[in-house]
Amino acid sequence: MTIGDIERSPASELAAQHGLTPIGRQPSLVSYTASIWERRHFLLAFARSHLQADNSESRLGQLWQVLNPLLNAAVYYLVFGVIFESSKKIDHFLAFLVTGVFIFAFTQRTIQSGAKAITSNIGLVRALHFPRAVLPLATSLEEFLRTGTSLLVLALIVLGTGEPLGWSWLQMPVVIALQLVFSIGIAFVFARLTAAVRDVAQFLPFAMRIWMYLSGVMYSVTTLTDKFGANHEWAATLLTINPASIYIELSRGALLADHPAAGWYWYAAVAWAVIAFVLGFIFFWRGENSYGRG
Amino acid sequence: MVAAEGMLERAAKVGRPTVVVDDLHITYRVVGPRPAGAKGDGASALSRVLSRKQAPGMREIKAIRGVTFTANHGDAIGLIGRNGSGKSTLLRAIAGLLPPEAGAVYTDCQPSLLGVNAALIQTLSGTQNVMLGGLAMGMTPTEVREKYASIVDFSGIGDFIDLPMTAYSSGMSARLRFAIAASVSHDVLLIDEALATGDAEFRRKSETRIRELRDEAGTVFLVSHGLGVIRETCNRAIWLDKGLIKMDGDVDTVLDAYEELVER
Repeated sequence: MTIGDIERSPASELAAQHGLTPIGRQPSLVSYTASIWERRHFLLAFARSHLQADNSESRLGQLWQVLNPLLNAAVYYLVFGVIFESSKKIDHFLAFLVTGVFIFAFTQRTIQSGAKAITSNIGLVRALHFPRAVLPLATSLEEFLRTGTSLLVLALIVLGTGEPLGWSWLQMPVVIALQLVFSIGIAFVFARLTAAVRDVAQFLPFAMRIWMYLSGVMYSVTTLTDKFGANHEWAATLLTINPASIYIELSRGALLADHPAAGWYWYAAVAWAVIAFVLGFIFFWRGENSYGRG
Repeated sequence: MVAAEGMLERAAKVGRPTVVVDDLHITYRVVGPRPAGAKGDGASALSRVLSRKQAPGMREIKAIRGVTFTANHGDAIGLIGRNGSGKSTLLRAIAGLLPPEAGAVYTDCQPSLLGVNAALIQTLSGTQNVMLGGLAMGMTPTEVREKYASIVDFSGIGDFIDLPMTAYSSGMSARLRFAIAASVSHDVLLIDEALATGDAEFRRKSETRIRELRDEAGTVFLVSHGLGVIRETCNRAIWLDKGLIKMDGDVDTVLDAYEELVER
């Protein structure tokens, strides 16, 4: 036998004769996408059912969706607004802070529940056949549906602090849509990483927290870039193009009268969404046959 | 002469391979309890990570260790063997749900496991679960609606269908699960102990349904500890022992040999 000769067992010869193909081969990207589309009804039903089941489990149910970021905002207001007196440096600090907290929470929740999409549904993965990308997509959709109510509360709080209702508010759905696409992309990445190494899910909350502190949720990113800009230009650049702060700044631009966002933020928001989604999806798809093992 | 040709044609279809399993190995990796004497504190775990040694609790379980066989169109194959001999693992591997360590499974369709438990949500009503389970198995919403009445009727749980499944008795849950799972027919059907649910009447009903599914399907694999069930529904049996095939052949021959060994 020469090198390069493929050794074929009698069984695989027989399979080839009858046109049988090996199971568990990597599907092409196109057929994979098509099979997700075929399962769209399952995806929707999965997200809705889990949302409903979760809400029926705790007494206050869906109220926690709103209470959680509200309580967070209250804590940050106490620490950063009252103790560190950021409220004196930033106009309309309450609206500024609440927008940052609510918007960041959306990305954070989408990524964290996406990270567990495979591992917490391992029984389903081992019992039924469907493109696994349905799972992180469904958990993201679930978070998106949850966020609907909390965004309404955000709007009410911002109005309550005296901000005027303006045409710029119509930008909000676009910002949220771009942010959702971006977050799904990152959720795909962490879904695969967590499926391979479960410890990733333990480490993720810390990564999310440091990301939040770097994203200008409770302070203005410009104060940091002014401080470091001269000596550490790369750090200032990183802070400025940080996707989380871009989506937060765009939201503030839409909701707050005196916090206009620069025009290039929109290009950055679109670029981040496309890059994260495409790369995240391809990364997840390449691991398709590894989910469910071990 | 014509009759002979017809027989040949049928034989060609009946004998056509639908599933070829080629030297299949399946290995589970689990983090088990530490062997006696190993240290389990955080410091020693950290030093293991730093020195890149594998955790002592990490074990490999070779559930299937080189299985080769061919299933043909028209076969109903019973898988028998003791607990832990690899029956359920083999079934899941044929369904493509467990990636093989080595070897391969060849087929021209998507073999389906009969079972929908993992997709259902206990706190939701039976009605919602019928829809969710049906969609999870790949039905369209229209197909589920068409089959809804017959699924509920078959399960025989009546008005309870509107209540959350947490309110069901374990028998009622099992009946609804079976009714949802058995509402679809497949080319290659894999059944794991599905017959052992519910009361005597439901068992009779589900056995009939299994037989129907078997007639609709090209090939059926059945895992059961009830040898009577296998003798009744299967024409062929594979006896697994510690992840290897001990015997493969006509159902009566294999089951007689198995019984002889068990009784001894």
